[in-house]
Amino acid sequence: MEFTINGSTRTFDVDIRTSLLDLLREHAGLPGTKKGCNQGACGACTVLVDGERINSCLALAVQYQGRAITTIEGVGTQDALADIQAAFVEHDGFQCGYCTPGQICSAIGMAAEAKRGLPSHVTQDLAADSVTLDDDELRERMSGNLCRCGAYNGIVAAVRQVFVEEVA
Amino acid sequence: MLTFEYTRADSAAAAIDLVEREAEAKFLGGGTNLVDLMRETIERPRALVDVTGLSAAIEVQEDGGVLIGAAATNTALAEDRHIREHYPMLARAILAGASAQIRNMATVGGNLLQRTRCYYFYDDAAHCNKRRAGSGCDAVDGFNRIHAILGASEQCVATHPSDMCVALAALDAMVHIEGKDGTRQVPVADFHTLPGDTPQVETVLAPGELITAIALPANPATGQTYRKVRDRASYAFALVSVAASVRVEDGSIADVRIALGGVAHKPWRATKAEAALRGKAPSEDAFRAAARAELADARPLRDNGFKIGLAERTIVAVLQELTA
Ligand SMILES: Cc1cc2nc3c(=O)[nH]c(=O)nc-3n(C[C@H](O)[C@H](O)[C@H](O)COP(=O)(O)OP(=O)(O)OC[C@H]3O[C@@H](n4cnc5c(N)ncnc54)[C@H](O)[C@@H]3O)c2cc1C
Ligand code: SF4
Ligand code: FES
Ligand code: FES
Repeated sequence: MEFTINGSTRTFDVDIRTSLLDLLREHAGLPGTKKGCNQGACGACTVLVDGERINSCLALAVQYQGRAITTIEGVGTQDALADIQAAFVEHDGFQCGYCTPGQICSAIGMAAEAKRGLPSHVTQDLAADSVTLDDDELRERMSGNLCRCGAYNGIVAAVRQVFVEEVA
Repeated sequence: MLTFEYTRADSAAAAIDLVEREAEAKFLGGGTNLVDLMRETIERPRALVDVTGLSAAIEVQEDGGVLIGAAATNTALAEDRHIREHYPMLARAILAGASAQIRNMATVGGNLLQRTRCYYFYDDAAHCNKRRAGSGCDAVDGFNRIHAILGASEQCVATHPSDMCVALAALDAMVHIEGKDGTRQVPVADFHTLPGDTPQVETVLAPGELITAIALPANPATGQTYRKVRDRASYAFALVSVAASVRVEDGSIADVRIALGGVAHKPWRATKAEAALRGKAPSEDAFRAAARAELADARPLRDNGFKIGLAERTIVAVLQELTA
């Protein structure tokens, strides 16, 4: 199976049952993406596929052959943090950090969705062309990522700082 | 998870042929339900035919209706301009379901065929007629707060968990089906079945039949919405939900459609409530009487009696909002 992972083409010979999450962690040497529930309920495993956020635990790797996968390792590095990573540090957007890679990948996907005008459950006017990302919108749009440490206020602050002005 | 063969279908005919040829084969959409159930060995297909490459088009038809390819993702359908403007209850229902990540993966076909969230169905140590026919139902006398109040049987009291399907039932949508013997269409409201003595049967789909599309009829201009009541504000299944549209002409209700989610083994079209409202002047009393007419047959289990009052209040509140 061939994928483009964080910009590099990679080929793997793995069991057909392998999830995209296990492929990344166990076979691609990219343990940044985390396994929380392994059943779609927590968002810790969120990665971007062609720019869209998905739960990699519910994805069979074989279904995503040929696609461009971005994991937290592709977002920034320790020496060159992406803005959203730096904002998480600045705003205490985590305590244990287990949910953080998923939160950050999810926030990147969320910003792209808002930019193209995708409404959410809390959007009043479905017909509106653009989305105003107030805190209710941010919380709803990020609700697929749980944080057992309850760092939600910091997460919202970090996401707001980096992505809200960009959209508006 | 048992191992399986994987094939990606490039046409509906090829997909049907592949599933026909392989024993114990299943279609694979986004995998958000099937992969989970395979991991628990509740589903044990030996071959998967990936149908996410089939039609995902969302096209307005000449008669004003909309044809939606079964491979369209839940996000794509909720994002579509025409759907947002003309079928807002459908966009709202989808956006109220699951999470953004899951909606990006999930297909329309898979959403229709997602299976119940009954705890005992997921627990291999429990008795469950749906999982193993004839083994009993631990939910009937067990923890059944999330279970059905309408149309259940002694054999199964599970609910269908979809939000999208509730709106589709209210909108009189049709399911387009293709099998080795040709094509047919079934109204969404008749697509899912009640449990009766065969809770392992959940729809009228025959083995090997493929859902190719959903068709929405041209929609008369009406106020419409979807309201979902759940244990937390987001990312939770419905306890009760209501999809409704109302058109008032000259002070009386000319057209009304109501469907309920979270209350039965299928999206529940509230035909009794609709009949009670047609021609009436909109009022809180009329709404309450209509809701009660629908819920007169509701049967509470040990833990879910609250759903009867909750359904009544939610129907009334939604109709008030739409006629305010
Ligand atoms: C944590 C979590 C929370 C969720 N919350 C909600 C919620 O609040 N509301 C809600 O409505 N849903 C919710 N869901 C369910 C989600 O909507 C479904 O899992 C999803 O819609 C299934 O679509 P899929 O394409 O992934 O289906 P798959 O998992 O790929 O398939 C499901 C079934 O459909 C069959 N199938 C797929 N496509 C076709 C076709 N074209 N023809 C015939 N058969 C087909 C498959 O064989 C399989 O049996 C939740 C799911 C998770 C994991
Ligand atoms: S309610 Fe239905 S799904 Fe749940 S245990 Fe009983 S038979 Fe199984
Ligand atoms: S590990 Fe994938 S959603 Fe929890
Ligand atoms: S920081 Fe610990 S789970 Fe979110």
